[in-house]
Amino acid sequence: MGRFVARRLLHAIPVLLATTFLIYALVFVLPGDPIQGLAGDRPVPPSVLAELHRRYHLDDPLVVQYAKYLGGLFTGDFGTTFRGQPVGDVIAQRWQVTVRLGLTAWFFEVVLGIALGVWAGLNKGRWADNLVLGATTVVIAVPVYIVGYLAQLVLGVRLGWFPVSGGDAGWPAAYVLPGLVLASFGLAYVARLTRASLVENLRADYVRTADAKGLSRRRVVIGHTLRNSLIPVVTFLGVELGSLMAGAIVTEYIFNLPGIGQQVFQSIQLREGPTVVGITTALVLVFVLANLAVDLLYGLLDPRIRHD
Amino acid sequence: MPAAPPPPPPEPLLPEPPLPEPPLLEVDDLHVEFRTPRGTVRAVNGLGYTLHAGQTLALLGESGSGKSVAALAVMGLLPTPPARITRGAVRLHGRDLLQLSDAEHRKVRGTRIAMVFQDALSALNPVLTVGHQLGEMFRVHRGLNRREAQARAVELMDRVRIPAAARRVDDYPHQFSGGMRQRVMIAMALALDPEVVIADEPTTALDVTVQAQIMRLLADLQQETGTGLLLITHDLGVVASVADRITVMYAGRVVEESDAPRLYAAPAHPYTRGLLESVPRLDRPGRRLVPVPGSPPDLAHLPTGCAFHPRCAAARARCAEERPALLPVGAAAGERSSACHFTDEVTARGGRL
Repeated sequence: MGRFVARRLLHAIPVLLATTFLIYALVFVLPGDPIQGLAGDRPVPPSVLAELHRRYHLDDPLVVQYAKYLGGLFTGDFGTTFRGQPVGDVIAQRWQVTVRLGLTAWFFEVVLGIALGVWAGLNKGRWADNLVLGATTVVIAVPVYIVGYLAQLVLGVRLGWFPVSGGDAGWPAAYVLPGLVLASFGLAYVARLTRASLVENLRADYVRTADAKGLSRRRVVIGHTLRNSLIPVVTFLGVELGSLMAGAIVTEYIFNLPGIGQQVFQSIQLREGPTVVGITTALVLVFVLANLAVDLLYGLLDPRIRHD
Repeated sequence: MPAAPPPPPPEPLLPEPPLPEPPLLEVDDLHVEFRTPRGTVRAVNGLGYTLHAGQTLALLGESGSGKSVAALAVMGLLPTPPARITRGAVRLHGRDLLQLSDAEHRKVRGTRIAMVFQDALSALNPVLTVGHQLGEMFRVHRGLNRREAQARAVELMDRVRIPAAARRVDDYPHQFSGGMRQRVMIAMALALDPEVVIADEPTTALDVTVQAQIMRLLADLQQETGTGLLLITHDLGVVASVADRITVMYAGRVVEESDAPRLYAAPAHPYTRGLLESVPRLDRPGRRLVPVPGSPPDLAHLPTGCAFHPRCAAARARCAEERPALLPVGAAAGERSSACHFTDEVTARGGRL
């Protein structure tokens, strides 16, 4: 088990190197001068331009720039934004908004997604099942910004149940609505996945055995079917934990939440390589750790693939 | 207008004779059909058999003969829909199980009638320990706590001769060999000393050497406990040594019913004879094996008359028109019966055509 974790963490190193380099390179090849871009149409004095280029290593070749950045990363230095703020501070500041939003959304996916899936699966072919299947299809098909604006309009403006925008109301008030919107796609997917898996497992031989033992319906479903059915769902939820943090850009924009997503968006526009890469590195780490957690949880759910 | 007074109950002319003790398990005229998109599949068509305490009854038939469906009907485990029990009764000590509510039937399952399934690997829950699955019987039906149940699980595993039971009780099904898994399955069925154990092809998924061990174990345990054992199989060799009586099924119906020695010596139905001629026998070495020609009938479109006639070498015009009834054979009436228009000819020739 300890060796398994260690091996998985070692695997994360090449993943981190590859992703950071890829993103660094992508920002590097964006056209236009980043310093000039900051100033807009006004001319920048050549001396200032040269000094800033020197400070941010902008004249070095890509590999050298990247190596210098990586060196800094190892000493805990995520680099500096063009405004002179350490990227580490920016991440720390923005991070809590995104983590709160992501976890809220994830919570909705776990609780509502699984509950809806079980409800539909146990009522296969009846109206509850059709309702869940129909509703989830619609949610999956509609883009998130439409769901977002609709939720904002109906639940925020018309009914006034939740703040329409901004994070000032704090958690949970300001995060319920954006959390639901961010969760909508994954929630629908979790519900369908749970339903399909449950329906399949209810036909399994060992469920028939459980029935043959004279167990109550409740015991057969909860004790003998649900755990086996949740194995594929857990995989999805693990990956989802990472993508919810990274994929909140649109939701943060709609609800004007000052999170990581907004920051990345701004930084890409400003061609701030270090900021973009710094945030991305943090996100990749979240992904890697979430996947590791899933693999360990997998073993708990299914003894056949336990890592010992 | 006042209602007429109810007629007085008729005086009994004679004191009523004591009712004979009803048999342990009696299946009577059982009909099961499946509604499918391609028509109604009639899986069981008037099956009947009687199982007494301490007896081993083999239900013999090819796949698709309805033997497993009939077993699931007895257990109350048929998925409805698509299955439907259209007629018949399943009586345990004279009480019709098919009339029970779901909750009542559930109380019978596992406690009074238990079942051993064919493939223990898929029939045991892969994510629960063997001890948990065995102990569950005692926790649910006997109200034992976790530790007591675990102790009983170890006892059970000892009883089915699983070595190092105390150590293995916390293992998962995939950590056991096929034979050991089937022993766990048997232990689970025997947990609460049921009166009837239904074993559905209990050795089909196993190696030949392990098959013999498992059959021996089943027979021994049946002797010890005195339960009625219903052994469902397609394998004549498996039942030869353990079955007291044999019921041969074809297309969801009984074609021959006999005690084991006489059935092996001289089958009274052409289908039984076909089955016997298709397997090698130690008591008749050097004989050429003859397969039963054709394949089992399409249960959605059963042949007219005798369902076996398209495959029967002895078939005549009458066989396609008139369905033969299950009738006693020979002098020992009631002990042996066959559903063939020409039973006498078949038996007269010692099972040879």
